[in-house]
Amino acid sequence: MSETELVSRPAPPSIWHMYRAMVGVGIVCGLLIVTAFQVTRPIIERNKAEALQKAIFHVLPNASTSATYRLDESGGFLVLEGKGVGAELVYAGYDDNHELMGLAVEAQGMGYQDVIGVIYGYSFAEEAIIGIQVLESKETPGLGDKIESDPEFLENFERLDVSLRDDLSEMANPIVPVRHGEKTHPWEVDGITGATISSVAIADILNRSAQYWMPRIRSHLSDFQGDFQGEE
Amino acid sequence: MAATSKSSTDEFIKGLWKENPVFVQVLGMCPVLAVSNTAMNALAMGLATAFVLIMSNIAVSSLRNFIPKQVRIATYILIIATFVTVVDYVIQAVSLDLYKALGAFISLIVVNCLILGRAEAFASKNTVARSVMDGLGMGIGFAFALFCLGAVREILGSGSLFGAQLFHDAFQDWVVMILPSGGFFTLAAWLLLFNWLEQRKERKAKSDEATTLALGKEAV
Amino acid sequence: MPSESLWTIFINASLVNNFVLAYFLGICPFLGVSSKLETATRMGGAVTFVMLVSSVCAFGIQLLLVAIDAPYLKLISFIAVIASTVQLVEMFIKKVSPALFRALGIFLPLITTNCAILGLALFQTNKGYSFVQCIVYALGAGAGVTRARVLMAGLREKLELAEVPDVTKGTAMALMIAGLLSVTFMGFGGLGG
Repeated sequence: MSETELVSRPAPPSIWHMYRAMVGVGIVCGLLIVTAFQVTRPIIERNKAEALQKAIFHVLPNASTSATYRLDESGGFLVLEGKGVGAELVYAGYDDNHELMGLAVEAQGMGYQDVIGVIYGYSFAEEAIIGIQVLESKETPGLGDKIESDPEFLENFERLDVSLRDDLSEMANPIVPVRHGEKTHPWEVDGITGATISSVAIADILNRSAQYWMPRIRSHLSDFQGDFQGEE
Repeated sequence: MAATSKSSTDEFIKGLWKENPVFVQVLGMCPVLAVSNTAMNALAMGLATAFVLIMSNIAVSSLRNFIPKQVRIATYILIIATFVTVVDYVIQAVSLDLYKALGAFISLIVVNCLILGRAEAFASKNTVARSVMDGLGMGIGFAFALFCLGAVREILGSGSLFGAQLFHDAFQDWVVMILPSGGFFTLAAWLLLFNWLEQRKERKAKSDEATTLALGKEAV
Repeated sequence: MPSESLWTIFINASLVNNFVLAYFLGICPFLGVSSKLETATRMGGAVTFVMLVSSVCAFGIQLLLVAIDAPYLKLISFIAVIASTVQLVEMFIKKVSPALFRALGIFLPLITTNCAILGLALFQTNKGYSFVQCIVYALGAGAGVTRARVLMAGLREKLELAEVPDVTKGTAMALMIAGLLSVTFMGFGGLGG
């Protein structure tokens, strides 16, 4: 590049000079970006997979391996091959004996400030939600963000009933939020005082997601139990 | 040009204090305010910006005779956007949590007026060595200022620094400090401090002048 | 997340998550220029317009990038395409409607490198909005920016008549006002539920 310095100094630069500068810089920049992308991509993908794995094991405490399933057009579930969209995926968790422990499902909805994203664990044995983790939230610090940390609130999700009617068509009782301290049924979510909207939002998100997934999952239970597909 | 008579150390020092990009020039404020809610986020953002600033200064100053004036802004933006994309991927690879906390604001370094400003005002007219010093000074000054903001907000807003609890349980967090409005207030407070220092210096200089004048008269 | 209703998106972008007061985007012109009510209103109009244009551009670019599987070009193409499109639109307006150009024109080039514009493009892509949702999001964000600017300008016009200590003059005062406005806007939280 140092040879060209002398040429471009005097007279106003020609079209050729402008093209040369733009294209030259463009090519170098392009190479740099692609290199950075190629180098970091495997690391990023591994990190993402690890983070997801951690979340799955958090909401399904007894699981030690997991497998990703995709909802098929026909209504059945298939083991995911390649890339998938988060909205149609469920994650099955297995214990050390390759016994199916439950499913982890991602859900999202509108909170107080912005969208809240959660992942929750569903246990086949108990027909209930047995764990929840907030993946994404911008709720007010100190008030709304109690949905992530308040032990009393999280207790709701140690066994939140999502059992279905006998014909498996819909949930026997929708998940409903109630005022703090008024929880009487296993399908009710005891709200947080001072964070009403955020806690109601969580209940709504879970309700909407469970209404959608539970009938589909229960009617294709055998899809998850087939040959073991879990990975460490 | 006055700048040419300065040594490179001066180029470095000026960004730290006298021409601090945040506290004195009030430049590049979007990231300053948005991600300064914890000291960790603020420091990471500051370092990312500093890196982009130094790299773009190097690139722009070494290409300064190669780029015609008419297309210079477009080229600078291209260069800056490249380094920002690289930083974006590196942060994603290093820590996903940090990436989540900073979000789209890493990409927004592209439109940080500070970086384009330094490329246009300094790097395009100076040698590589001087531009590096300028970038280092401005970058570190920026990161330092961001850290100051983040630390104040985290200490008052959640009673901790880098996640470590500082106070006794009885400390009532100032929730407002971690909310967006806290960013405005904290920056305003720092600016007030700097304004005050500046004014005091001016007043002192004036009174010094007055005394010398008075002394001079007496002598006559 | 395309389940969000258009109304929710609009309310969120303009009030709850106001670009200026909650995301701190476009702060520089917000603090620098907003001292006259008249200018603030026009500038707001120009920003909304540029936001609409760049929102459509960003949507198109995203489609293209997904099609050729090149996510790493997102940032660079957003900034390049948005900047050049706005220039083109500016020339077009100048030719077709000189009146409109006089109203918006001088602000257009200033706005292009505004963080709010790029922020809008990035956020709408991250959220995966559909085309109509993008348009509504851009309109909401534009309305939010305009509202913040007009409020700020009104307050500053009044403030010029007030007696304030010397140290607080200028940016520090503007920041404090912005902080108070931001607290006020917190009150809109939950509207978009």
